[in-house]
Amino acid sequence: MAQSKIYVKVTAVFTPDGELTPTSITWEDGRTFEIGKITDRRRAASLKAGGTGIRYTCMIWGKEHYLYYEENYKWFVEAKNE
Amino acid sequence: MERVILHSDMNNCYASIELLHHPELRGHPVAVGGDPEARHGIVLAKDQLAKKAGVKTGMALWQAQQVCPGIIFVPPHMDLYLRFSRLAHEIYADYTDLQEPFGLDECWLDVTASHSYKGDGMKIAKEINSRIKSELGVTVSIGVSWNKIFAKLGSDYKKPDAITEISKDNFRQIVWPLPVGDLLYVGSATRRKLNHCGICTIGDLAQTEPELLKKWLGKMGLVLYMFANGQDQTPVSQEDYHAPIKSIGNSTTTPRDLETETDVKIIVYALAESVSARLRENNFKGQVIELSVRDNELYSFTRQHKIASPTDLTSEIAENAMELFRNNYRWEKPIRSVGVRACDLVQANCPVQLDLFQNEERRERLHKMDVAVDVIRRRFGYASIQRGMMYQDRLLSNLNAKEDHTVHPHGYFEAGNRTGVNVMC
Repeated sequence: MAQSKIYVKVTAVFTPDGELTPTSITWEDGRTFEIGKITDRRRAASLKAGGTGIRYTCMIWGKEHYLYYEENYKWFVEAKNE
Repeated sequence: MERVILHSDMNNCYASIELLHHPELRGHPVAVGGDPEARHGIVLAKDQLAKKAGVKTGMALWQAQQVCPGIIFVPPHMDLYLRFSRLAHEIYADYTDLQEPFGLDECWLDVTASHSYKGDGMKIAKEINSRIKSELGVTVSIGVSWNKIFAKLGSDYKKPDAITEISKDNFRQIVWPLPVGDLLYVGSATRRKLNHCGICTIGDLAQTEPELLKKWLGKMGLVLYMFANGQDQTPVSQEDYHAPIKSIGNSTTTPRDLETETDVKIIVYALAESVSARLRENNFKGQVIELSVRDNELYSFTRQHKIASPTDLTSEIAENAMELFRNNYRWEKPIRSVGVRACDLVQANCPVQLDLFQNEERRERLHKMDVAVDVIRRRFGYASIQRGMMYQDRLLSNLNAKEDHTVHPHGYFEAGNRTGVNVMC
């Protein structure tokens, strides 16, 4: 079965009040995607990828993607199942 | 005002958390079990499918395999469960600071005071239930009632992912038909006694003369009578409440059966090191040393004795435990598990009567050595410094009793009897 939880490299910004905001995601193959806007952030579980953390709803090229920040300080995304 | 108490219970906690992290296992019967190599080979938790097939918590792994051939075993990840437990407590904390954990996966919440801005008990229960599902990815069953005992019965009543309200109007229909063994503190012995007297359901118990119960069961009879009638008044403790420590002990099931005194000595010293380090951490000394032994046919006994002066020294704890062992064990069978405990604790700095026949200077030196070992282990890890004897058998001494120490549920009466029943009468 294909891996459904993919850890990714993330560039993020800390504001002076301690707010953490991811700004871009670097994919396994090296491609980098700028995050246009974050429309929602909440604690949520991902049943698909298997894990839990703070879920950022990111707009990338006009499409909605979930990016999770796990408690082990790693970021992951859910794989698209073709 | 009537109290509003919730009891929240994570369904198949360990198994659900493992399933969340291994989506590929969903749809298969799964059990979380100890490491069969280290002989902690029992089922700790199982998912719904394994449960349906007849797998029970506490079964040996091979037994589980027999009743459920396709079962998949996953080793436990205690750190992960502790993290989930903490995350659940963070959610509970949005509703009340009166939350009392009962083990890792269960918790009582007193939400009486949140009524005005969070809604009634059922509304809060529904909110907690759905938040845990979406934020943590596991399900909880919640019981809502006016006392802790019925709230717990409520969370057990319907599983998984359910909410049961037990109110003063419906408790006779819901609680009373349940078997008396479902009640907290009715274990197998009490249940047998009660059944023998013709009491089979909680309702039977509630309608029995309390005086009669007291005659049969002693003071606990009165407490159980209160429990069955919903009159328990035990408060839900503050979240940071810690019951006073009464004793400090460690026990372990050994990786192989112990057959010689040297084997026992290795384990006793490893346990004594943990007990003594924990005594120092909490600023206590023990005046009584207790040893428990279980042989490979699961027969066990406990012996204790008082020592000359309070101690937190590894060597004194271990030597006293070994003395108890030599005086009480006849080596009829190999040993499966050993425990060492220090009881009758006093503050570490309390004044003591010095003993003319004890070399206090040497004790002081031993104490300094123990403290030095604590520091080295804190900085460089447990394995960085060890006693020579531990090298006699690396399999046995591969035991970090202190850090592998697991927290067990606290007893309902740990903070004393707060049920509202005066058992002194």
